[in-house]
Amino acid sequence: MKIHEYQGKQLFAKYGVPVVKGIACTTAEEAEAAAVELGSPVVVVKSQIHAGGRGKGTVYADEAMTELVMEGGVKLAKSPAEAKEYATKLLGNYLKTIQTGDGCKQVQRLYIEDGCDIANELYMSILMDRSVSKPLIMVSSEGGMDIEDVAEETPELIHKLHFDPHQGLQGWEARKLGFAIGLTPKQINAFAKTAAAMCTCFIETDADMLEVNPLVVTGDDQVIALDSKMSFDDNAMFRHKDIAAMLDPNEEDPAELEAAEHDMAFVKLDGNIGCLVNGAGLAMATMDAIAVYGKDYNAFPANFLDVGGGATAEKVCTAFKIILKDDNVEAILVNIFGGIMKCDVIAEGVLTAVKEVGLDRPLVVRLEGTNVEIGKKLIAESDLAVIAADDLKDGCAKAAKAAADYRAKKGV
Amino acid sequence: MSTLVDKNTRLICQGITGKVGSFHSNGSIDYGTQFVGGVTPGKGGQEWTADNGTTYPIFNSVHEAVEKVGATATMVFVPPPFAADAILEAIDAGIPLIVCITEGIPVRDMYAVKKALVHSKSRLVGPNCPGVITPDECKIGIMPGYIHKRGTTGIVSRSGTLTYEAVHQTTLAGLGQSTCIGIGGDPINGTNFIDALKLFQDDDETEQIIMIGEIGGDAEEKACEFIKEYVTKPVAGFIAGSHAPKGKRMGHAGAIVSGNTGTAEAKFAAMRDAGVHIAESPAALGETLLKAIGKK
Repeated sequence: MKIHEYQGKQLFAKYGVPVVKGIACTTAEEAEAAAVELGSPVVVVKSQIHAGGRGKGTVYADEAMTELVMEGGVKLAKSPAEAKEYATKLLGNYLKTIQTGDGCKQVQRLYIEDGCDIANELYMSILMDRSVSKPLIMVSSEGGMDIEDVAEETPELIHKLHFDPHQGLQGWEARKLGFAIGLTPKQINAFAKTAAAMCTCFIETDADMLEVNPLVVTGDDQVIALDSKMSFDDNAMFRHKDIAAMLDPNEEDPAELEAAEHDMAFVKLDGNIGCLVNGAGLAMATMDAIAVYGKDYNAFPANFLDVGGGATAEKVCTAFKIILKDDNVEAILVNIFGGIMKCDVIAEGVLTAVKEVGLDRPLVVRLEGTNVEIGKKLIAESDLAVIAADDLKDGCAKAAKAAADYRAKKGV
Repeated sequence: MSTLVDKNTRLICQGITGKVGSFHSNGSIDYGTQFVGGVTPGKGGQEWTADNGTTYPIFNSVHEAVEKVGATATMVFVPPPFAADAILEAIDAGIPLIVCITEGIPVRDMYAVKKALVHSKSRLVGPNCPGVITPDECKIGIMPGYIHKRGTTGIVSRSGTLTYEAVHQTTLAGLGQSTCIGIGGDPINGTNFIDALKLFQDDDETEQIIMIGEIGGDAEEKACEFIKEYVTKPVAGFIAGSHAPKGKRMGHAGAIVSGNTGTAEAKFAAMRDAGVHIAESPAALGETLLKAIGKK
């Protein structure tokens, strides 16, 4: 789960990570009032979307990105009137950045922040390094830049350190990093304090990623988080109701959200074969197999959908409805290897869903595992048009062909 | 021989009185596993009755189960918020094998488990895994027992249902399995690919190996380095997730590709470099394995 910059900074403040004063708002009038309240000669108007590279992004008036509004999703305003003007140009419009892929995101919220006397821009991030099962802190003197570029061009400027999650970042560890990136003796203590607080924040909030770019050194040697990007371990949100409440539904895909509400994992792709699979590994492998065995018919997976282990007929029914909402879907492939999940339950769920939703696209079902005979029998005995497949290869090939037939029949 | 578990394994279930723990304890018993009891704190002294009518003792702690019924393995079906605690208890009790099926344990909780495993007498398999099975002798976990057939293939996988796919195909290919180890889909796990590959290489019953990986992390790449150095038996492999979009969590918390690390291409390249026979899809695992051992 991801949160916005302004929310990350609320958490930072709670853990003693220095941030500058700011006010979140959703209207141009609020933005103007916020600038007045902050009272500094310069404020920064920052678009709040779940993607980095906002400053160098492009603002469009429409989602199709045909009408340009201005360059930059983060703006310096020298007066409250100017803050309002920028807010008007940002709110409701669409921001494209290097991290929004081919698309863009609608700006629905701004963060109006005090200006800051920047002497030096640094980079800092913390994540879990699974290869050693320990958290890793990374710092660089090259703040404000795209860190992937730094890693590519000047990897020696990125300094990494694994720290003990139980003890947090120790003073000497933080100083070592600080000196490595060329901080002065006067700056080192402020840096160590900020870095340690950031590590504590990462651990205690069950974050899986925390990135601050830039982390700035001010003219008076303070070390302040001018940015905040955080995402969290979904499995730990049961003990962080406050963070869970920060979820912005506008930033999430509605189908993914709906699936999550039913304890299913769904990710939309742009192919034509809808997939309903049990188990994450098999679901990924089914997508791969469709691409391999459906090649002759230009078939490609339309989604990743893991119905999970203990799926009920009702859950399968919901999964079905989510898949059918996608107009690109020309055929559906159900691939179930029942371990915990029994094939007859799946069969029932599929048949119920077909009746409830009204099946307008071809359906291929491949069942294997516990109670497979009963499951197959249920499907064979129903009068619904379901194509049975013997194994995964057969299922993929049949789904790809069925999709092609459907397309031909539709005359596309 | 087989590896990790056999007919002498004395199994208990942590979380035996829960719905899932109870269901799969019955599964283990029906398969013929030597099942000796369960643990549910607060219900110690009571008895749990299996579907076949046999009763087993319930203990308040793993320590008690080790002491009174000589448990040598435990399968953990404790809900995610309490599962790490259950594993830590099992480690402290010095039980040799801990198989944690529970999905959804916070990463932070696993840091403590990982630390406790160092210098301990225990091996952890999982979490978020289907379990471990040696066909005809011992089934610990949630896999459908009947698809297995005793044989000579060692199978190690990060994914549950994809393991079943490999099992099913090796059974149909007439090779069968020595032992199957599901190491789980979480970013922090106990037994990793290298551990499992070493067990299979050192097991005289295992003649060939199937390794199924996933996108995310670098465990497969490291395993391939190990194969080059240590493994002489033929290995067939597959990596799931070639068509997954970057930066998205594909069901398993571990399956996230970011940047150029952990991609399917990088992992397939490492496999090729290590001489692993790559299946074009999971549907071709059995066939690929037969080719790898020169029988097709």
